[in-house]
Amino acid sequence: MEIGISHYLTVSAILFTLGVFGIFINRKNVIVILMSIELILLAVNINMVAFSAFLNDIVGQVFALFILTVAAAEAAIGLAILVVFYRNRGSIAVEDVNVMKG
Amino acid sequence: MTAELLLASLQLSTPEVILALGAMALLMIGVFSGERSATTVTGLAVALLIIAGLMLVMKSPEGIAFGGAFVSDPFARFMKILTLIGSITALVMTVGHARSQQLDRFEFPVLIVLATLGMLLMISANDLLSLYLALELQSLALYVVAAINRDSVRSTEAGLKYFVLGALSSGMLLYGMSLVYGFTGHTNFEQIAAALSAEGRSLGLVFGLVFVLAGLAFKISAVPFHMWTPDVYEGAPTPVTAFFAAAPKVAAMAMLVRIVIDAFEPVVADWQQIIVFISIASMLLGSFAAIGQKNIKRLMAYSSIGHMGYALVGLAAGSMAGVRGVALYMLIYMVMTLGTFACILAMRRREGGNVESIDDLAGLSTTNPFMASVLTVMMFSLAGIPPLAGFFAKYFVFMAAIEADLYALAIIGVLSSVVGAYYYLRLVKVMWFDPATDEFARTPGELKLVFGLAGLFVAGYVLIGGPIGEAAEAAARTFF
Repeated sequence: MEIGISHYLTVSAILFTLGVFGIFINRKNVIVILMSIELILLAVNINMVAFSAFLNDIVGQVFALFILTVAAAEAAIGLAILVVFYRNRGSIAVEDVNVMKG
Repeated sequence: MTAELLLASLQLSTPEVILALGAMALLMIGVFSGERSATTVTGLAVALLIIAGLMLVMKSPEGIAFGGAFVSDPFARFMKILTLIGSITALVMTVGHARSQQLDRFEFPVLIVLATLGMLLMISANDLLSLYLALELQSLALYVVAAINRDSVRSTEAGLKYFVLGALSSGMLLYGMSLVYGFTGHTNFEQIAAALSAEGRSLGLVFGLVFVLAGLAFKISAVPFHMWTPDVYEGAPTPVTAFFAAAPKVAAMAMLVRIVIDAFEPVVADWQQIIVFISIASMLLGSFAAIGQKNIKRLMAYSSIGHMGYALVGLAAGSMAGVRGVALYMLIYMVMTLGTFACILAMRRREGGNVESIDDLAGLSTTNPFMASVLTVMMFSLAGIPPLAGFFAKYFVFMAAIEADLYALAIIGVLSSVVGAYYYLRLVKVMWFDPATDEFARTPGELKLVFGLAGLFVAGYVLIGGPIGEAAEAAARTFF
């Protein structure tokens, strides 16, 4: 069987959905949310690279590199905020992020 | 040849270059002069933003730079000046509160300058890639700013919530961008529009459009992606909330206008439905959910959700009148919000610091008549009562919607603004008719200046509305 663009898109859509569900269904740990965010960004990268190869256009790959860079910065800031939150609250369980009800 | 191109590009983006270099210089000044440099760095940051603003006002060449990634046009200029005014005012308002809210760190003004730089780039972005990078530059700075009071549970929780939901929205936006790129083959807005009008739309593109709009709706806190707003507004230190409510909203709205009017112009029927839906949902939620609020910052959060809904009414029209309405709405919304937040910042007891409950305003008319009058004018204007500025803002967007035959949208908008008037007027009632409890501490001069000017603008809009309307019209003409 030939592996075409639709296969890549399907994999990426599944990963993206997993990531989104990981954020909303997860009731345990904020670290899992950070991992889900990474999953979403990597799903996007698969899309970008697949389209780039399919269209014979380099822009998608450049875009993917930028996304990787920004994802690293985002993870660093997320973890830093998580650390200060842990210092104040003494917990990183999702159910403890509840001082304000919203 | 390349050097000339680069030089021409740099000329078009001078304000941004100044801010980028200035932010790094400020960081160096802060690092080398130690902990006590916060006031100096704040002053220098304000000066930097003012210089960038003056450059935009004085001379602003038009054209496309950096291989189509950056565009400088009258619309960008109008929105950038608004954003800079918002940032400068918010920064000035922090001065009196730096110590009590733990904002007396030199990182704070540097982060504000970086966030503002991100907003300016967002407004000028003409390519999906530059749009994403600018948005992230702004968002990453804002996540940190929300959690800047790092010894407070509420501030760090606000930062954490903002980060998680903001990162999710960036992810959705990116997923949408990847689909748009895949199904049109381009990332540049003009090329996307050209590809769309040549080939028509595909199902994949519609998916991409939905995801892009969802991601952007997060940034302007429109329903159904608004859930972070009340918590972040309540938890973040009040001067930070004042900043969040003004400048980033203007920039995100400008970005939304540019992307739907420029890139997705050929599929107007598709995005119009989505914008109409989120506009109606935001207006209704903004009106009804605010009714039960006791915390004034939460109330302002729901109020801002509602106001984004009204601004989107203009965008839904998709016409020049609509875009002009959006530009005017953002201007007036920003002034009203900054004025109101200046009053909220002035709600400070002699002992016990800042208070945020609506009941604390009781009897303000006897203890501080000037502040009570200004806040009353702001509330009447937010409710949209003529002849104040808020009425004209609503008038122009609803007129644009009616001209575009969106009658249902305009009618729902007017009705929900009637509901919204209830909680604005409740604040007025608390201030003028409830017995006074305790006096507030003396209002710092800079807050008096901000809410005085905002009150003057809102009350005197009838007199100065003409030239402002023309400027907004010139901005809107960019796209048509």
